[in-house]
Parts: sequence; structure tokens; C-alpha cells
Amino acid sequence: MLELIVYGIVLGSIISLGAIGLTLVYGIIRFANFAHGDFLTTGAYVALFLVTGLFSWIGIPDNTFGSLSFGWRMVIAFPLAMAVVACVAIALDRILYQKLRQKRSGAVILAMSSLGAAFIVRMIILILWGADSLFYRPGVMRPALELPLGVKIRPDQILILITVIALVGALHLFLQRSKMGKAMRATADNMELALVSGIDTERIIIWTWGIGGALAAAGGILYGIDVQLHPYMGWNFLIPLFAATILGTIGNMYGAFVGGLILGVAQQLSTAWLLPTYKPAVAFVIMIVILFIRPQGIFGGSSS
Amino acid sequence: MIILEAESITAGYTEVDILHAVTVRVSSGEIVSVIGPNGAGKSTLLKAVFGILKPRNGTVTLKDEDITGLKPDRVVRKGISYVPQMENVFPSLTIQENLEMGAFIRTDDYGHRIEEMYDLFPLLGERRKQKVGQLSGGQRQMVAMGRALMLDPQLLLLDEPSAGLAPVLVSGIFEKIKEINATGVSMIIVEQNAREALKMASHGYVLAMGRNVLDDTGEALLANEEVGRLYLGG
Repeated sequence: MLELIVYGIVLGSIISLGAIGLTLVYGIIRFANFAHGDFLTTGAYVALFLVTGLFSWIGIPDNTFGSLSFGWRMVIAFPLAMAVVACVAIALDRILYQKLRQKRSGAVILAMSSLGAAFIVRMIILILWGADSLFYRPGVMRPALELPLGVKIRPDQILILITVIALVGALHLFLQRSKMGKAMRATADNMELALVSGIDTERIIIWTWGIGGALAAAGGILYGIDVQLHPYMGWNFLIPLFAATILGTIGNMYGAFVGGLILGVAQQLSTAWLLPTYKPAVAFVIMIVILFIRPQGIFGGSSS
Repeated sequence: MIILEAESITAGYTEVDILHAVTVRVSSGEIVSVIGPNGAGKSTLLKAVFGILKPRNGTVTLKDEDITGLKPDRVVRKGISYVPQMENVFPSLTIQENLEMGAFIRTDDYGHRIEEMYDLFPLLGERRKQKVGQLSGGQRQMVAMGRALMLDPQLLLLDEPSAGLAPVLVSGIFEKIKEINATGVSMIIVEQNAREALKMASHGYVLAMGRNVLDDTGEALLANEEVGRLYLGG
């Protein structure tokens, strides 16, 4: 049981990275980006291309660190893939969503167009890499460390947690301390007033997409390291992402983080009684329950 | 010297014009009050001056520069600040952060300006780390004015600063407006509370149905019988 909770926290931390991006974008542009799950997939596959393709071609050594399943190639590929997906997210906004916003399209039109964008992105991945499950390093099972109380955890998973905490911590500092971060929060609060204060809100939107895309890419890569890569991995994450976002109050980054952890633990715990194939259903049930009893989420107060 | 001239402005949100050739002038250092019944187009006038609404006709001139149709984020760089009537603060940000956002386009060190705002509104200085969403209506109005003043504007546009405030707070806000004006900031104030607004104004404009009806000194309008009967409640 305790082991399932630990695995749930690992899964939840990955969900958090996706949910934070989703909630930031919603906070500023007020629409549900159904393509967000596929940003996770894109990040994972861009890293795969770098690790198994480009980096072996240019001759970066294929080592591993101690008992981890990856080495220098992944360390370099990780930030690069985040940057690539940040650019993909920004490009998608410039060529699609911004045009629709200018035409004053409603939230439903934007959401539907993001669904279309999601299909396009996923099909491109299917064409390039096929429909099979892939691994960054196939065929190696890393031994698990034995923790007290009989909890087994792989070194990879410990590193996943550390990475997520570092990324969320960095984002927290950025939003609280930097001028751009504060302007992002201000714009999410009241876009009209931000514009009136001289804040270039289009630039804020670009930053938001970039951060959301980069975090999603990180989530996708970490899931690829922990489990496997699959063209539908991000799509399958979409329900947990939305559930975590709503649970933690839409637009609230800290809520999305907590919501992600809760979703991850709930999904893993459910496997004690249910088949693992029911995991998405668990997320769905949580989302429906929260919409019924507390649609404003756990952090939805009376402010604003 | 005239610092702002909005000359025969015609504007509206849709096809329908709300303002019909309205003219307002502000001289350096003065308070201009715009009064009139609900729906007279008072708020629309401010929005047209600030570029939130693009005038269909007419010109807005700041000093000698034509700023007609400039977007708000450009107009604010020219030295005009605007305090909307509703939703004029960032509720999830602290008081300090709200003021910082007001100074967003400043590249110099504006720390002294923030301290000046806390001198002007001592109440805000005591709670600078508090989220604005937790403040009362009167305190929010102070934050809103503080934010707009962070850029040392030449001209401040205030849309109904006393709206929604408890009567005891109204006179306090008007006192602050006079204090701000005394530091050399010119203002256009749109007000329902016409008597108070005219008392502090050196110049007043009466709008009705989107047209100029009367303009005169504040004192003269207060003394005007027709204005008294129609707009000051007898």
C-alpha cells in the first residue's frame, strides 16, 4: 500500500507538470487546450530522437550514471526537448489560436481547434515513429532500491521527483520574484487592466505558452524514463490533467501541483482493487465528483 | 496651457454612436469634472481618450501630439493613466505588486515612488504584503489610484472614483484626489456624485445623450439653477 502511494507520488508529479501548464494557459487565455497532452508526447519523442538519433550520430557517448537508466545524452536532450516543445506551443498559438482570438472566437471554437491540433500533432508522431511502445533504453531493468517498510523504488524515480521539485520551485520563484512572472499573474488576474498599465499582453501570452510547453515536455520525458513512450501517452494523460487542474482550481498553479499529486496517488492506489486499465476511469470519476461537489476546486476562495 | 484636447469625439462600442462630437479640454494642473445622467457617455469619453475605444471621428491631442486611436499600452507611455470604474485592481496580487505593475514600463528605480504612494495612502503602507482581493472597496480604490500614479502621469483619468463606496469613505477619496492634484497632476473625473465633483473642479462639463450640454467653471455650474435642478438633485 505504501509502495503504491510512493509510485502515485511519482506519477502525480508528472501529471503536475502537465496540469501546471494547462492551468497557466487557461488562466490567461481562458480556454481548455486539448492539445496539451500531446505536448507531453512531443517532448518525449523529441528527446527520443535526440538520444537515439542525433546524439549517436554526432558521437556523444552513450553512458549511464551509476544505477540510473540514462546518461549525458539525456541530460543534454532534456532541456533541448523542453525548448523545442516551448517553440511548438508558441508556434501553435501564433498560427492558430491568436488568429482565432483576433476574430473573437468563443472558448468552444478555441477548444475544438485545439482538439484538431492535438490530432495533427499525434498523427505526425505516429507517422514518424509508428504505433509501438518505445523506450529510451530498451531491455534494461534497473534494480530497485529497498527503502524502509518494504518500499521498493528505482533510482530513476527518485530523480524524477527531484527534477519535478526543481522545475516547480524554479517556476514558483519566477512567478513570485521576476517582473515578467508578476506581469503573468497580473495578466491572469485582469487582462484589460494589464493592458491599461502598459503591459504587452501578447508577449505575456507567448511566455505562458512557452512555459506550459516546456513543462509538458519535461513531464512527457520523465514518463518515458519511468514507463515507456507511446504516441497516445499524452492523450491518455488528458483526463488526469484536466481533473488535476479543476481539483486545484482552474488558473491556480499551486492547486494544479497539489491536484496532480492527488490524482497520481488516487490512480495508483486504485490498482490495489481495480485493474490498471481502469486508471483513466478513476481520474474521470474524480473529475465528475469534484465538479458536482466543489466546481471551484479546493483552492477556489472568494477572492476575485 | 492646454495639455489635453479631445475635439468633437464621435465614438461607440458597436455601430451605434454613444458620443456625438463631444469636446473636452484640460489645462495644465486643473481638475475637470464630467457630470451627467446615467448613459450620457461619460465613461465612454474616457475610454475614447485612452484608446480603449477608437473614435470614429474627432481628434485627441496631448500637448502638441496627436494620440487619436493609439492603443492603451501606447497612450500610457505618453503620460496618461486611467483608473477604470470596475475591476481596477489585480486581486490576487499584493498591494506592493499592484503598485509594481503600475510601474511596469518604468526602467528606472521606482522605489521612491512606491514610498510616496505609501505616504499618500498610509493604510496601504501598513499592509503592503496583503493580497488586494482581501481589501475593502475603499482600500481597493486607493490601490487602483496608486497603481495609476506610479508612472508620474501628467493626466489622470478617473472613472467614478466614489462609485460603490460607503458615504463616509466618499469624502476621504475626494480629499485624496485633491491632494494628488496638488502635486501637479491634471485630471478628468467622471462622477455621479456631481456636487462633490464640481466643488473640486476648476472646470466642469455636462454631458447628456452623448452630447455637450454645458461647460463652465465648477463654481458657475454649481450656481447654475438648471444644473442644480437637473443634475444636483435640487
